[in-house]
Amino acid sequence: MLISVFVLTVLGLLFGLGLGWVAIRFRVQTDPVIERIDALLPQTQCGQCGYPGCRPYAEAIAKEEADINQCPPGGDTGIRALADLLGREPKPLNPENGEQKVKTVVEIDESRCIGCTLCIQACPVDAIVGAAKLMHTVIRFECTGCDLCLPPCPVDCIDVIELEEAASNWLSPRPGGAQQAAVRR
Amino acid sequence: MTLARQKKPLHEVGARIHSFHGGLRLRHHKKISCGDPVGQPPLPELLSVPLTQHAGDAAAPLVGAGETVLKGQPIGRCQPGAQIHSPVSGVVEAIEDRPMTHPSGKMGPCVVIRPDGREQWTGLKPISDWQTASPESLIMQMQDCGLAGLGGAVFPTHRKARDGRDRRIHTLVLNGAECEPWISCDEMLMREQPDKIVLGARILLRALGARRVVIAIEDQMGAVETALSHASECAECQNISVVKVPKIYPEGGERQLIQVLTGLEVPLGGRPSQLGMVCQNVATAAAVADAVVEGKPLIERYITVTGHGIAHPRNFRALVGTSFSHLVELCGGYTKDVARLVVGGPMMGFPVASDASPVVKASNCILALTADDISDGQVEMPCIRCGECARVCPASLLPQQLFLQVRNELWTQAAEWGLAACIECGCCDVVCPSHIPLVEWFRFGKGERRKLATEAEASELARKRFENREARLARLKLERAEKMQRRKQMLKDKASQQDRIQASIERARSKAARQAASTGKGPGDDA
Repeated sequence: MLISVFVLTVLGLLFGLGLGWVAIRFRVQTDPVIERIDALLPQTQCGQCGYPGCRPYAEAIAKEEADINQCPPGGDTGIRALADLLGREPKPLNPENGEQKVKTVVEIDESRCIGCTLCIQACPVDAIVGAAKLMHTVIRFECTGCDLCLPPCPVDCIDVIELEEAASNWLSPRPGGAQQAAVRR
Repeated sequence: MTLARQKKPLHEVGARIHSFHGGLRLRHHKKISCGDPVGQPPLPELLSVPLTQHAGDAAAPLVGAGETVLKGQPIGRCQPGAQIHSPVSGVVEAIEDRPMTHPSGKMGPCVVIRPDGREQWTGLKPISDWQTASPESLIMQMQDCGLAGLGGAVFPTHRKARDGRDRRIHTLVLNGAECEPWISCDEMLMREQPDKIVLGARILLRALGARRVVIAIEDQMGAVETALSHASECAECQNISVVKVPKIYPEGGERQLIQVLTGLEVPLGGRPSQLGMVCQNVATAAAVADAVVEGKPLIERYITVTGHGIAHPRNFRALVGTSFSHLVELCGGYTKDVARLVVGGPMMGFPVASDASPVVKASNCILALTADDISDGQVEMPCIRCGECARVCPASLLPQQLFLQVRNELWTQAAEWGLAACIECGCCDVVCPSHIPLVEWFRFGKGERRKLATEAEASELARKRFENREARLARLKLERAEKMQRRKQMLKDKASQQDRIQASIERARSKAARQAASTGKGPGDDA
């Protein structure tokens, strides 16, 4: 009887110590909620939410410093996903942060570019290549359409373009015609 | 995969006819287009060859406006897809956006060629000794000749062949079971050119390294069976067999056909080659024969022009790029009550807005329907959960469930319930008593899921690039700060050095002063 009590107590202490050690040794450094919020954000890094990128905004949401309706590129779908994750009520997009637009990319008019590198410094995802006094160009595939490169350009040589839909990436429309489509978005 | 092979030895493919779930017996309407022999239409005035012939990016044009092209000359390069060749000799008038026979109804880049009527071939490179040529060279020839699956999916033949070779398949299945109603182009091809199909089958056999060919035809194709059996009677054709399969739609589907022949299901997201088989359309086999033995690229195909809206339905061997209107004219034009033009069959085809659309590698049928044939005006009603759609679904899905999930955009659930397994055959549409366009919903759902996947990929890339940039900026900041620190330190060091110098100077001075004082005193004292 005494032996069993002793053995079990020792075992319990040992396992407790083991678990405690593991908890310290393998501690997850960041708050997983931030990661999960960040995963729902569109990663446009446009800063329209008032934070310098999607991750800072995710951190602010996690700390309840920012509301979930400040991300225009994410739109209603994004807000709904965030509301689901955080167990809050979805609300309409805050108009102060801007409105949802179709996805665009930018293009540099290479004949007008003077090679000032200001847009390169502004691009949050390093999607512009070039060097001082050499023409710059946008890697279209990597451009998120955040438009942050537009204001710094001193010669206004960056144009916003809508990506045209080629037949190869055509998607079947929602059945039911325009009426339902209008209801949807 | 190996298990399946052990369970089903070679000789069993097609030895016993199995069945698949669901399916429909449809009225086949084939006789009306099989009366006349296959016609060879005269050269049209203008051909427009779309640079998008199959899924994937459009081919890059290899010619410019004003250039002269020869028949069979490559005009579009598409890696890793199939090359595109000029169907005639003539002059390229333009490369411009024109209708291109695509479900989207969109215009797209097409090479517009005005034929000069001389039909002058470019230098063809046949492989006459294909019996001894290396399989790889045969596959390369298929690639150079722009061969693609002519059953409708237009999957590049060389890629399928290479995949089959890599997986060491044992059986090549030639699909002659053309199960959609109205379409008869494969049947006519098998009747008229059985020798070419058998030759193509032997070449494919060599290219694939397979041991057997099974040509599957429908059980009501009497004339075809005789022709094919006759053609495959030669001494080298011992391993070619013709198998009749019952005519249940959608048996012409690759997965369903393999299930009927072997009783095995191709895994979701997998290919028949995982079961040791490769499936090719009979028309593709004929094109392989043309490509290897004669060196001819894929520039024409059998196409059925039929429907109640066509005066004299029949089949043609049409050049790629021929406009539909040209073929319809040769059929005596439309009847009075024509209402809709569909490319492909009534089940899986898509409507086109105008008959200016060109024949592409994928077009197997031009179907002109009358108002009686189409079901417009039937009002869509709510789903009553009758379960008819689940009964007929050849993929054993629950279309009613999927429909609700797709309509409510519950993508994870739709994926779990097997949205990706839908082959869009249209059986559920036909039987739905509420006239719900189920397949349209599933197409929409699949597209939407694809879009979400690409968006997720793009945002993942942006996230990585943003994080990398942040890390780089932080590192640069740190480096700059360190540099400043070092410089400050150095300045500080300099200052202390200065101090030391100053101190030593001072010491020296004071020493000198002391010395001067003592010596000054000394001599003074001495004096």
